[in-house]
Amino acid sequence: MSAAPVLGGTVTADEADEAAESLTIVKARHPWRWIASAVVLVLLAMAVNALITNPAWDWAIVGEYLFAPSVLEAVAFTIQLTVLGIVLGFLLGTVLALMRLSRSPLLVSVAWSYVWLFRSVPLILQLLFWYNLAILYRRISFGVPFGPALFDIGTMDLIGPVTAAVIGLTLHQAAYAAEIVRSGFLSVDQGQLEAASALGIPRTRQLFRILLPQAMRTIVPTAGNEIIGLVKGTSVVYIMALPELFYQVQVIYNRNGRVIAMLLVAAIWYLLLTTVLSVAQYYVERRFGRGAARALPPTPLQRVRGVLAVRRAARDQRLVDLGGGR
Amino acid sequence: MAIEVRDVNKSFGTTPVLRDVSIDVESGSLTALLGPSGGGKSTLLRVIAGLEQPDTGTVMISGVDATRLSPQRRNVGFVFQHYAAFKHLSVFRNVAFGLEIRKRPKDEIRKRVMELLELVHLEKMADRYPSQLSGGQRQRMALARALAVEPEVLLLDEPFGALDAQVRKELRTWLRRLHDEVHVTTVFVTHDQEEAIEVADTIVVLANGAVEQVGSPAEVYDNPANPFVMRFLGPVTEIGGSLVRPHDIEISTTPTEGATEATVSRIVRLGFEVRVELEIAGQEAWVQVTRGFAERLALQPGDTVNVRPNPGSRSLALSAV
Repeated sequence: MSAAPVLGGTVTADEADEAAESLTIVKARHPWRWIASAVVLVLLAMAVNALITNPAWDWAIVGEYLFAPSVLEAVAFTIQLTVLGIVLGFLLGTVLALMRLSRSPLLVSVAWSYVWLFRSVPLILQLLFWYNLAILYRRISFGVPFGPALFDIGTMDLIGPVTAAVIGLTLHQAAYAAEIVRSGFLSVDQGQLEAASALGIPRTRQLFRILLPQAMRTIVPTAGNEIIGLVKGTSVVYIMALPELFYQVQVIYNRNGRVIAMLLVAAIWYLLLTTVLSVAQYYVERRFGRGAARALPPTPLQRVRGVLAVRRAARDQRLVDLGGGR
Repeated sequence: MAIEVRDVNKSFGTTPVLRDVSIDVESGSLTALLGPSGGGKSTLLRVIAGLEQPDTGTVMISGVDATRLSPQRRNVGFVFQHYAAFKHLSVFRNVAFGLEIRKRPKDEIRKRVMELLELVHLEKMADRYPSQLSGGQRQRMALARALAVEPEVLLLDEPFGALDAQVRKELRTWLRRLHDEVHVTTVFVTHDQEEAIEVADTIVVLANGAVEQVGSPAEVYDNPANPFVMRFLGPVTEIGGSLVRPHDIEISTTPTEGATEATVSRIVRLGFEVRVELEIAGQEAWVQVTRGFAERLALQPGDTVNVRPNPGSRSLALSAV
């Protein structure tokens, strides 16, 4: 602190330079950031400690059942229900969205009414309804509408609990999917379709080659939400005594009494499935994001590589500087 | 005739947009549909393309009645003001798209697309996406895309409307040159009379959904059919109850035959030309003269001068309308 800038006195240019040189550069300090970080760290440590040291969590039992065959089967069934519900739901939803956007007032109102009905009634109620369809119609026949039946089949034989669950999830999901797909279609500017028409491209081709690929950009994030929602949503089918994950862990803890441990097993699996889906969503979004932005954001892997490359370059530069200085 | 539009009427709701419109577009010509916004020019272009259906009337393209044909079957190229680029496809794929649908062999498509990209100076941008192009580049891509399918007519809806003044001027000249090379019958919509005069061989002036005048740029400028066309195509001023172009007025300091007395109220110098503002019997008018001429006369505000329309020039009597 020998030469602080002199105020009020006359300072020559040389003196000013000297004063500037003797000033040391100090990094800006952020004391509150450090304090907040410390507090969060302590809280985290306490949480981890509570999870590990309390024997009531039964981590040994969790480990034992996490990969038990019955649990794995239940996970597989949950995945199966989710995939069927999403795929069929989005197929039907896309048809509904196209109906909503058609020029036929009948198709528009039917699609609108469908969405209205299936979004209004709770999923659990719909599931029970399909499960009990046999009460309404004992037999279901296939044939010419209002004409002769080719064959018929008992409702109970055709719609078992699994089919009822898939139908229920699909129909419910389709109502939401219809709106998601429709919003995707609306996000693509109509001028492109006119341009395509002028180029001689038929309507169906326009749909699959121009509308859908671009609509996906808007559809994917919301659809990702829906898929993740459905992974957990499948747990409502436990009321139909179907062996999906949530039902299965209940069966097990009713037998062995380890309620918390078994709930943890289910939670860990749901967490895992959701993680895989989130990562997949990130890459799918990138795929459909092409052309939307000037440059795609880097993947996490590319980002790590980028940071390492910068570090390496900086280090090499330092070595060169040191070598050059001597 | 490449395009014949006959007695086309079109309303949006209760608002008539086109009223008994009939125009002929010659093969290989470059025609401008010129008029104020809301005049029906874009609608007429879209009716020709099949993007709108006329309420009554017919559209013939290359001698075939196309009135009820879908846009897909009309073999027209269309370029939109806001490009309508396929955002998810590269520049190359955008241009190739119409050809891919027609199941042309891959080599042929590649060759044709590269030719077109060279024509529009985008050959180095083939792998880019539209979002990575500037506005002018996007519009040139849209033009290449429209030309790819070898349309019988090329329709451009305010093609340079979304671009800045500098790029607009460049593309204007370039469109003219491109047309001289490709010779496809072209119709473009514009509200910019300068653009129409500079680029087109034929100008169709449309206002309030009706054709006001059809003619070469010189014809519509020099012999406007009515005061509206005269006002729309260039600057006008009023002298002795007639509409005159301000550069078609003689000023002299000595009395001249058939001239009117006027008082100079203001002199504005705009670069090489001078705008002399006058008062004639309480009415305002103005005359455009060259700088040299103004200096020779040594005009000052307050001076009394004699003005009359150039004997050779065309003026429109307003009282008749």
